[in-house]
Amino acid sequence: MTELTTTAAQLRARIIANSHKSATPHLGSCLSCVDILTALYFSVLRINPEQPDDPLRDRCILSKGHGAPALFQVLAERGYYPHELMDNYGEDGGVFAEHPPTPEHLPGIEAATGSLGHGLPIGLGMALAGRVNQHVYNVYVVLGDGECNEGSVWESAMMASSQGASNLYVIVDFNKWQATGRSQDVLSLDPLVDKWRAFGWNAVETDGHDIAALLEVLNQFPSKNGKPTAIIAHTIKGKGVSFMEDDNNWHYRIPTVDEVEQAKRELGVAE
Amino acid sequence: MRNAFADELTTLAGSDERVVLLSGDIGNRLFDKFKSVDNNRFYNCGIAEANMMGVAAGMALSGLRPFVYTIAPFATTRCFEQIRVDVCYHKAPVVIVGTGSGLSYAELGPTHHSLEDLAIMRTLPGMNVYAPCDTIELRLIMREVMQSNSPAYIRIGKKGEPDIHSAPPKLKLGKAIVVRPGEQVTLLTVGNMVAESLKAAEYLAQQGVEAEVVSFHTVKPLDQVYLSQAMERFSLLVTVEEHSRVGGFGSAVAEWFMAEGRMAPLMSFGTEDEFMHEVGHQAYARKRYGLAAQNLSEKIMSRLGCS
Repeated sequence: MTELTTTAAQLRARIIANSHKSATPHLGSCLSCVDILTALYFSVLRINPEQPDDPLRDRCILSKGHGAPALFQVLAERGYYPHELMDNYGEDGGVFAEHPPTPEHLPGIEAATGSLGHGLPIGLGMALAGRVNQHVYNVYVVLGDGECNEGSVWESAMMASSQGASNLYVIVDFNKWQATGRSQDVLSLDPLVDKWRAFGWNAVETDGHDIAALLEVLNQFPSKNGKPTAIIAHTIKGKGVSFMEDDNNWHYRIPTVDEVEQAKRELGVAE
Repeated sequence: MRNAFADELTTLAGSDERVVLLSGDIGNRLFDKFKSVDNNRFYNCGIAEANMMGVAAGMALSGLRPFVYTIAPFATTRCFEQIRVDVCYHKAPVVIVGTGSGLSYAELGPTHHSLEDLAIMRTLPGMNVYAPCDTIELRLIMREVMQSNSPAYIRIGKKGEPDIHSAPPKLKLGKAIVVRPGEQVTLLTVGNMVAESLKAAEYLAQQGVEAEVVSFHTVKPLDQVYLSQAMERFSLLVTVEEHSRVGGFGSAVAEWFMAEGRMAPLMSFGTEDEFMHEVGHQAYARKRYGLAAQNLSEKIMSRLGCS
């Protein structure tokens, strides 16, 4: 567990440094989902970076596509491509920018996202295809809480329930913010756990920054009751850096050199 | 046409285990035979088209060949962004079938009219657009799209449309089919307007004008060879579609000539830039928009200076 916590701290430091270097925004959103992605990619997912197209692999879709700067670091660390591939991050003609490209353009990506509310329907299609193809795998979709504004999320939630897609998991990165305000204020989101239950899902709450707690919840499933599962992960936007935590300015702000250094010190990452 | 679609898809599903059908809560009993082939490959996705299109894309990205079926405007304009991002951006081989296209459901009112579908579908990178004129072309197109690996939109009518071809023609995607050879003027037509155009050609013949009638079953990519030769052979190229003149097949033809840097003498028939507020069946609506055979032939004669 200490190892995964260290990995998450290193990932945070890289994400912050890259935000400065490439002027890529959405730092707050990236830092809130790092522990979720770390738990998934370094413990839960049955994947082999050397065979990104293996039909039997677990699938993970970062539906909140603006968290791509976090996902790009995770995939590199997991071995899908060397870190050096990101040297031209944000430069013209490259592949790394603000949102995930299509799988054809970057190994490890399952679906190009960026426009919100698309990842869950695609993930449901993949989960149902597993049934048709008689392939046993799980599909994990990471949603933002702001993303739950999108009607397509709830269309998909209903169909997943009616189809008994028990191999489908949603993890809501519940950081309580969206671009311009508190997610509860913009479109009343509460009670989020009850909403998922009312749509026919298993729904559990956990601390989205406690990797051990996340793993405990993720390892309880697949469920035996035939329902899909939603994990409402309570998170903090900008988690890990004192001056970024729960400050929504970091949805768009780019850190200065000094801020990058201070963040690294706080994270205990020397590099 | 929808019965032929259901029947052909059942045949395809019997020989190819990748075929799945997603329906937007329509086609009650229409797909009973399909379900009897394999009930696990039929999905009633409910009245939730955005999700349905995303699910289809996810299935296609997992090796399946989904056909998505619902009423044309709900299969296209309702879920346009899902088609753009989930299907086309990912090059997912999803086949979208819009039924009741054009003015087939005229009496249901503008919510059910589909006079923009060709326009918006053809704007999407990698999307191929088909409008078969009869059940024979529809079946052949369905077999051909299974051989291709591209997103596709097939625009079909409802039921009871006349068969145009007496025997299955040689159909190649992107290659127009001449259904009546002619000399002076050519009617480039799509889908359910081929029958009306053939009637118009009869009227024209009675007045001494020999019109060619061509089924452009593939709206995208266009048959450039035919267009290029038609420019040399005919004094007038006429496009006929049960679709808005804004952005439709006629626009596609004009765009092609413009991009080529040369312009053929063109004339277009389609619906006007408006919603139809009065009630009426398909035949009434066609007359109202000047799309009935008589309207077509009169305007063409006038344009040719023969009136």
